[in-house]
Amino acid sequence: MTAEDRTVENVDRPPLDSRELAARVARDVAPGSYVNLGIGLPTKVADFLDEDAGVTLHTENGMLGMGPYAQGDQIDPELINAGKIPVTELLGASYFHHADAFAMMRGGHIDLCVMGAYQVTAGGDLANWSTGQPDAIPAVGGAMDLAVGAKAIFVMMDLFTKDGQAKLVPSCTYPLTGVACVDRIYSDLAVIDLDNGRAVVWETYGISVDELRSRLDVPLSVR
Amino acid sequence: MSPLTTTDPAQAVAGIEDGSTILVGGFGMAGMPVELIDALIVQGASDLTIVSNNAGNGDTGLAALLGAGRVRKVICSFPRQVDSYIFDGLYRAGKLELELVPQGNLAERMRAAGAGIGAFFCPTAVGTLLAEGKETRVIDGRTYVLEYPIRGDYALISAETADAAGNLVYRRTARNFGPVMATAARQTIVQVRRTVPLGGIDPEVVVTPGIYVRRVLDLSGNTTTDSGAR
Repeated sequence: MTAEDRTVENVDRPPLDSRELAARVARDVAPGSYVNLGIGLPTKVADFLDEDAGVTLHTENGMLGMGPYAQGDQIDPELINAGKIPVTELLGASYFHHADAFAMMRGGHIDLCVMGAYQVTAGGDLANWSTGQPDAIPAVGGAMDLAVGAKAIFVMMDLFTKDGQAKLVPSCTYPLTGVACVDRIYSDLAVIDLDNGRAVVWETYGISVDELRSRLDVPLSVR
Repeated sequence: MSPLTTTDPAQAVAGIEDGSTILVGGFGMAGMPVELIDALIVQGASDLTIVSNNAGNGDTGLAALLGAGRVRKVICSFPRQVDSYIFDGLYRAGKLELELVPQGNLAERMRAAGAGIGAFFCPTAVGTLLAEGKETRVIDGRTYVLEYPIRGDYALISAETADAAGNLVYRRTARNFGPVMATAARQTIVQVRRTVPLGGIDPEVVVTPGIYVRRVLDLSGNTTTDSGAR
């Protein structure tokens, strides 16, 4: 283990804002990989991917080689991402139908998916599709397919809800999206690797590991 | 057998029976066969089961069909949208049955129907509410859920170009469910922006072979709406 591999506590700085968080995730996207970025916060990761790294974006509505959001005259209602936002196509892009788009995912061809989450456990269980409210209209989309299909799942989220509830939890109280599927959490306060049921803090931002331990109901390891 | 090609929306949807299961293409409004749905509303078939990724946007297309009270049940992956107020109202009022299916399963279940697969084991949704009560099996150490095909009586889809043999090409992400649905229905009806003679589509680029296509609605003369002709 090198010094760089030890847990780093960045206490004397604020938590990561959403742009910094996206940039932090982008640093860990392997060059040359095929990546699916979930709806919402994860889409920001695209802004921080190095063009020379040759990362190809997959969108489950049927495209590889997705480019940035379309602007002005580029907007085409028939060229959209999974969030139904107009996007652009890059050189080398391809289109395919939905069954192929999901076969690509479930067949283990997509290297990484970055998703949002309501709750995650140290064992990698993920809840991100329903808050379980009785009056809520359920909608799952591709979340459950992505959770089991991509070779690696990164979750990108705030570590606590606006009213202070931890989102890294001993067990999910919201309906599950997938079981033991999350590999790593990138949050405003910490990057936490989920290693066979152990939550290993890699980095903190604006908080110490000890303070994190006091606020979470999940045992935290360091490296 | 070559498909029926028509410029008359009423002819394209003629004969669709009450109680039919209809696969409706589109992801949001991309690839939504709006003209065929409008014609179906006029045609009057009711008590329908609709299989589609979403459950309508705004007041047009699938939302209009729901709003007209023709639909008994929706099988979809993502009904909740910022502008799905017609579905939301009917669902909350208990006037629509909903079967929620993960998006990949929705596609694969229709693919299975079109390919003559009796059922398939799939890892999606294992351990979740959406797999409750379903048969599971452990294969090579991994748990899978048994999923059954979804067949349509009709598929209503949208494509870019059809030739006289019914071969189809699509445009960009409007392709989405079209090629899968075309295989999974007893009769597939497609609206296209233009038709071309035999030879007008390079056989190497055909996405949906004409064997799957029964009727073609040619919108090339349609100037009243932009939704079919960009």
